[in-house]
Amino acid sequence: MTGIDLTAMPSEAARKESAAEKAVHRPRVPKRARQEGRDSMRPRIRLAMIVFTLAFVAIIGRLVSLGLTDPTTGRSSVNPNDAIATGRPDLVDRNGEVLAADIRTSSVYGEPRNIIDPDEAAEAIGTVLPGLDVAALRKRLTGNAGFVWIKREITPKQREKIHSLGIPGIGFLTENRRFYTAGATAAHVLGLVNVDNQGIAGIEKYVDDRWLADLHAAGFARGEELDPVQLSIDIDVQHILHDELAQAMDRYDAIAASGIILDAHTGEVMALASLPDFDPNNPVDANKPDRLNRITAGVYELGSIFKSFTFAMALDSGAVTMNDRIDASHALRVGRFTINDFHGKHRVLTVPEVFIYSSNIGSARMALKVGKEGQQAYLRKFGFFDKVDTDLPELAPPMLPKRWSDLTTMTVAFGHGIAVTPLQVAVADAALVNGGMMIPPTFLKRSRAEADKLATRMVSEETSRHMRDLFTLNVEKGSGRRAAVPGYNVGGKTGTAEKAVAGGYSANKRLNSFLAAFPMDDPQYVVLVVLDEPKRENESSGTTAGWNAAPTVQAVIRRSAALLGVKPRTIQDGVVLVSN
Amino acid sequence: MVSRADRTAFAEWWWTVDRFLLVGFIALMVGGVVLSLAGSPAVAERLGYDSYHFVNRHLAFFLPAMAVMLATSFLTPRQARRAAFVVLVISLVLMLAVLLVGIENNGSRRWINILGLSLQPSEFMKPAFVVIVAWLFAENKRRPDIPGNLFALILLGIAVALLIAEPDFGQTMLIAVAWGALFFMAGVPWIWIAGLGALGIGGMFAAYSMLPHVAARVDRFLSPESGDTFQVDTAMEAILSGGWLGQGPGEGTVKRILPDAHTDFIFAVAAEEFGIVICVGLVALIMLIVLRGLSDAIRKDDPFARLASAGLIVLFGVQSVINLAVNLSLMPAKGMTLPFISYGGSSMIAVAFGMGLLLALTRRSAEARPVRPRMPGRMRESAA
Repeated sequence: MTGIDLTAMPSEAARKESAAEKAVHRPRVPKRARQEGRDSMRPRIRLAMIVFTLAFVAIIGRLVSLGLTDPTTGRSSVNPNDAIATGRPDLVDRNGEVLAADIRTSSVYGEPRNIIDPDEAAEAIGTVLPGLDVAALRKRLTGNAGFVWIKREITPKQREKIHSLGIPGIGFLTENRRFYTAGATAAHVLGLVNVDNQGIAGIEKYVDDRWLADLHAAGFARGEELDPVQLSIDIDVQHILHDELAQAMDRYDAIAASGIILDAHTGEVMALASLPDFDPNNPVDANKPDRLNRITAGVYELGSIFKSFTFAMALDSGAVTMNDRIDASHALRVGRFTINDFHGKHRVLTVPEVFIYSSNIGSARMALKVGKEGQQAYLRKFGFFDKVDTDLPELAPPMLPKRWSDLTTMTVAFGHGIAVTPLQVAVADAALVNGGMMIPPTFLKRSRAEADKLATRMVSEETSRHMRDLFTLNVEKGSGRRAAVPGYNVGGKTGTAEKAVAGGYSANKRLNSFLAAFPMDDPQYVVLVVLDEPKRENESSGTTAGWNAAPTVQAVIRRSAALLGVKPRTIQDGVVLVSN
Repeated sequence: MVSRADRTAFAEWWWTVDRFLLVGFIALMVGGVVLSLAGSPAVAERLGYDSYHFVNRHLAFFLPAMAVMLATSFLTPRQARRAAFVVLVISLVLMLAVLLVGIENNGSRRWINILGLSLQPSEFMKPAFVVIVAWLFAENKRRPDIPGNLFALILLGIAVALLIAEPDFGQTMLIAVAWGALFFMAGVPWIWIAGLGALGIGGMFAAYSMLPHVAARVDRFLSPESGDTFQVDTAMEAILSGGWLGQGPGEGTVKRILPDAHTDFIFAVAAEEFGIVICVGLVALIMLIVLRGLSDAIRKDDPFARLASAGLIVLFGVQSVINLAVNLSLMPAKGMTLPFISYGGSSMIAVAFGMGLLLALTRRSAEARPVRPRMPGRMRESAA
């Protein structure tokens, strides 16, 4: 079977076969050649038969194995049920009023793989849902996808119309849509959900983070009723706070207004509002930067209200007593800085005078008496060095001075050089007035017994009593006079902070605040209002916190005290009587 | 029906032709019409034609194809060879013309418009090429002084060059495989086969590395997530949705979105509507036809007839296997029709022509075989 054989063949073969050839008229095929052909060609054709047999058997085997395959495994389909928005628990306020609830709505979807004529389907649906882009819909309905949304949350009437079109491959799912009964009023507390009904902010997000998301992932919480989540908020009080802040913002032409009412004994947030806000039912504005929750997610140099804490640490540490006198006769010079008083008396002041005249010089001197280390230890104890531990996810950490010099000690004493959230201030203030117990704040309903278990001592009872006296005095005789509500014994501290701008502090942009508690004989609630860049109400009025933040607090307390269960007092001969 | 004593041309043909193959081919053609009813209306509607556009055209080609097959099967081997030669020359000329005045479709020029009919010359070239190459190999055996092998190689080069120019990678591969099979069956030494095999593999690597669309198709097959495997995925889905017994005629839904439901993926449509059991039957029929054709070839004594008939059935078999393997996701998509079943006028007539040649070459009386003198001799030998 070599080349040499082939060439040698013809002559030799021709000789041998010449006779036979004539006899039978067979074709001129030499015997050796035929032999050779038989020897090599035929086995090779048989080999081809074997190869083909194997190939066809493989094909039949593949067919059989496909026949044994479960048809559903090959499909890249989406189970439409997976797309149903998940159920959420109702959110109710402390009195059981519904604040957020699920409403069942229909959503229409398509299964392109089952739609015979996408053009016709898109046209027909377009006549029922006028807002829909028919060309885009046609494109989405064409192809092999197993599931596409056509429109979420359609009306029952639209559902009826689409249903009666009778298009194959078009279906409906019942979805849950979140509805907020109070609209924007409690927006920052409740937060909001996305189109798939997943909480993305506020308590809604907290609920998801804590347990709801796990429940959904496990396939529960679909359709069945979930126990409502009860918040600490009182929606009536919340409404008052929201309304008064809105009025204040308007009256003083402020760029923002925020406030919080905190139960001094349980740490419950009774109301929290931050304007401008958004409507969680239509949260188109929710992501704008000015819509942040200023109480928990914004940090500010709050100014003079911080002096409350300087006094508390000075009295609690024994560095200063209520009877001491502090020299505020001349400005304090530290290096190239000068600390001066806004309402300067230029004389030696008593400790209560330092408080009610809000003396920067006096506060700085008192802080120096506590000392750098002592001040930091107390601030840490008051919770100003850490992020607040609470339920709401939107929490900002405080901004602390990078280097703590003597100058820092002095500026921090009157609330500059340290930026904290208003929530932290309210929580620490609650401890100053409630007998000295620090209670972590909560947005969920909490009993007094539970709160007592969480409470830790922050300052002594005596310090707390002194602080109550100072706050009371400040409203009776000091800068907080416009916060007084007859019969409710309001006490508090004003704060007028020059806003930090690039390169220093602005002379005409202020952050005004009023930190109050009432009734001062046995404080139940802490109220803090912060107004951002308020202007003069009229020519004769001032620009300090006493002119705008204090009256706002006054209005809030006046309208809400009864709802909060605080009974008005009458004062006779210096004895506080509870009227019945 | 017809007496064996009858000596008319028809009687002669009837008693000598391989009636099993004949019936098998006709069964496939009829099956093709039935499956066209299943696969093509959805495609026709999608392309904006009348629903039965492709069915009507399929039927219109059915009778001419049958006529071509029967007429060709009447030829003697010598006539068959001449017919093949004429067809080969004409199709090669037309393939050259295609490159100049062809109809471009999906980035390749494969069709030419002649008298209002669009024709794919490469389809007709294939069977003619196989017959002529078989003749050249056989001739090389008989008269080594004529460089038949060299001519066969040159012919391969011409055909491959014209196909790559179109470009038509599937047909190129098919022609190369058919040529290789002929070369192999012609009985050349293994060392040559090894060498040419290496060359072929090298050629495939070259195609992969130099022709981007070939690389894309192979890549897509090897890693499905890398690209568009829509047709192959959909075909697989159709087969799975059919199951053992199918959805029933006209009940298929996946076929509606399969672009080539009437041509390359007709088998998947068949699976969806008629079920895997029927498909196994269809594959078995094709397998029996191929094995029968090869065993017919083995029985031939004339090397040309033997090689040519083996080559023709190999062509048919390889094309079927590739189409089926693509439908079943065993191979990358190739753009190859299922002979006799898929829609396609040129393809059907050309396959009919090729199988007519096969029937002609495997007719028993077609060669004067000295049966009687040899048989007793053999029996004596075995008895002794």
